[in-house]
Amino acid sequence: MPPFTRKNRHILPGFGLSMGYTVFYLSAIVIVPLATIVIGSFNMDQQAFIATVTSPRVLASYRLSISTAIVAALFNAIFGFLSAWTLVRYRFPGRRVLDAMVDLPFALPTAVAGICFATLYSPVGWIGQLLAKADIQLINAPSGIVIALIFIGFPFVVRTIQPVLAELEPEIEESAQSLGATRWQTFRRILLPHLFPALLTGVTLSFARGIGEYGSVIFIAGNLPFKTEIAPLMIMTKLDQFDYDGASAVALVLLLISFSMLLVLNGVQRWQQKSYR
Amino acid sequence: MKHFRTKRSRFTVGLALFSSLLGSTAQAAIPANVTLLNVSYDPTRELYQSENAAFASYWKQKTGQTVTINQSHGGSGKQARAVIDGLEADVVTLALAYDIDAIADSKLLATNWQQRLPQNSTPYTSTIVFVVRKGNPKGVRNWDDLVKPGISVITPNPKTSGGARWNYLAAWGYKQKQTGSPAKAKEFVKALFKNVPVLDTGARGSTLTFTQRGLGDVLIAWENEAHLILKEFGSDKFEIVAPPVSILAEPPVAVIDRNVDRHHTRKVAEAYLNYLYTPQAQEIIARNSYRPRSAAAFKKYASNFPNIKLFTLKEFFGTWRQAQKTHFSDGGTFDQIYTP
Repeated sequence: MPPFTRKNRHILPGFGLSMGYTVFYLSAIVIVPLATIVIGSFNMDQQAFIATVTSPRVLASYRLSISTAIVAALFNAIFGFLSAWTLVRYRFPGRRVLDAMVDLPFALPTAVAGICFATLYSPVGWIGQLLAKADIQLINAPSGIVIALIFIGFPFVVRTIQPVLAELEPEIEESAQSLGATRWQTFRRILLPHLFPALLTGVTLSFARGIGEYGSVIFIAGNLPFKTEIAPLMIMTKLDQFDYDGASAVALVLLLISFSMLLVLNGVQRWQQKSYR
Repeated sequence: MKHFRTKRSRFTVGLALFSSLLGSTAQAAIPANVTLLNVSYDPTRELYQSENAAFASYWKQKTGQTVTINQSHGGSGKQARAVIDGLEADVVTLALAYDIDAIADSKLLATNWQQRLPQNSTPYTSTIVFVVRKGNPKGVRNWDDLVKPGISVITPNPKTSGGARWNYLAAWGYKQKQTGSPAKAKEFVKALFKNVPVLDTGARGSTLTFTQRGLGDVLIAWENEAHLILKEFGSDKFEIVAPPVSILAEPPVAVIDRNVDRHHTRKVAEAYLNYLYTPQAQEIIARNSYRPRSAAAFKKYASNFPNIKLFTLKEFFGTWRQAQKTHFSDGGTFDQIYTP
C-alpha cells in the first residue's frame, strides 16, 4: 500500500477518522498501561536497574520462562497442526463438540486449569499414581510448566491453522499426486508453504502467551528458586515486597524480550511469504 | 514510583470530593446505617464472620446504629498493597506488622500505629505448629525432625506469604535459642528448605498441596489453620503435632486514618477494634483456635492450645522492619540459602 498523503487520496474514505480511532484505542489499552512499566523502571537509577534484572535468580527465571514457552509452542505446533487437520479434513460424529472444546482453554480461568493439572498429576492423582510407580515426576518440575503452557497455547495454533486449511482445497493435493508427487513431497511442497504463515502465527501467539502466563503455572511448577521459578512469579514476588520499581524493571525486560522475539518471528513470516511468491 | 503517587493522589482527591458529596447528603439525614470494610488476610475469614455479627448486635444495642462490616481476604502482602493502591479499607487486620508498616509508609495511617491499641495492637495471637498424616508415620515431634533425610516438608514461599515468614522465623528462632548461634540457625533453615519440594505462594495453597495432592510428610502451618484442616478434611486423616518450642505470632490490627476520616467512620472503626479485646470477642477468638489475650478465655479453651514454649519476634529478630530486611528482602538470608 502506498503511503498516505494528502495529494493522492484514498478511494476508501475515512482514513483520518479510523486512524485517529486506532491510535486512540491502542494508546488506551496497550501503550499507556505499558508505558507505566517503563516509567516505573525509570525511577530506578541505572545501576540498581541492571543489578535487579541481571541478578542470577531473575536471569534463571527468564531462562526458564522462555525455554518452557518455546518447548510448549513447539509441542503445540505439531499436535495443534494434527488436531486442526483432523477437524477440517475428516467428517465424524461428535466433530462439532470436539471443535468447540478446542476453545475451552480460552474460557477457563487459568488458575482452575493449573489446579486441575496439579491434582491430576499429584502422587495421589489419577495420572500421578501411575507416574509415581514408574518413578517419573512431571509436576513441580519444568515439565509441569510445559504441560500448563501446552494447555494454554493449544487453541491459538488450532484456530489460526483451521481457516487456512479449510480454504486449501483437497483437489490441489490430488493434482499434485496425479502429477507424480509422493505424499511427503505433496506435504512439503504444496501444503506446508500454504500453511506455514498461519502455523507460525499460531506458534508465535502460543509462545507469547506462554511467557506471560502466571495463573496456571504457579500451581504446577513448584516455584523453587533457580529451578522452577518463572519470570512472572519474580514480578509478583517483588510486588509482595512492595518493591514496585524492581517489579517494573523485571517486567520491562520481559516485555522487551517478548517484543523482540515477536518482531523476529513476524520478520520470518514476511520473508517466507515473499520468497514463496 | 513518583509518577504513580501523584496520579493516585489526584484520583483519591477526586474520590474524596465525590464521597464527601455523598457523605454530606447522608449526614443531613440520621446516620442510621454505617458500613466498614475490614481488609484481612486469608485464614481469618471464619473468625471475622463471627466477630462481625457479634459486634453489629453490640453496636446496635449501644448506639442504635446498624453497622455492616464487609470483609476482604487474601494474601497479607497483597491486601496491604491493595490498600496502598486505594482499596478503601477502614480497618486492616493483617498477618504481620510489616505489612501495616508498609501502609503507614504511604501515609495512610500514623507510623506509631502499633502503640495505639493494647498489646502491640494484637487482640489475638497464634503460633506455628505441624500437621502430619494420621498416625504420624514419620514420627515427627520437633523441629529437628524436619531436617532429617527422607522427610518432605510443605511450607509456602516467605517472599509471598506472611504465614511462611512466621514459619521461617519459628524454625530459625528454635535453633538460635537452642545453640545461641545465628550461623547454626541459618544452616538449620537451609537444611530444612532442602526438604521442601514445593513453595506455594500462599498458606492456603500449601494447605491444598498437603491435603489434596498428598505431597509432603509435614505441613508447617498457623495453629488456627491446622485446626481448620482437621475440621475440614477430617481428624481421621491428619493430626496436629505441637513442637515444644515455637514463635509467638502476632497478627496486628489498625484503623486506616485517612480512610476513616474521609468516610466519617473513625468512631465506629475504633470501637470495632477495641471490641476485639472484650470478653465476648475473646471467646470467639478462642473458639476459632486463635490464642486469646484474655486469660479467662484461654483457660476456658485450654484444651485447644497445647503447651508450647513461645518466643517473641523481638527476642531474636527485633522489629518486623529489621526481620524483613535481614531475612526476606532481596539478598536476605532466605535468598542466601537458595544461592547455589
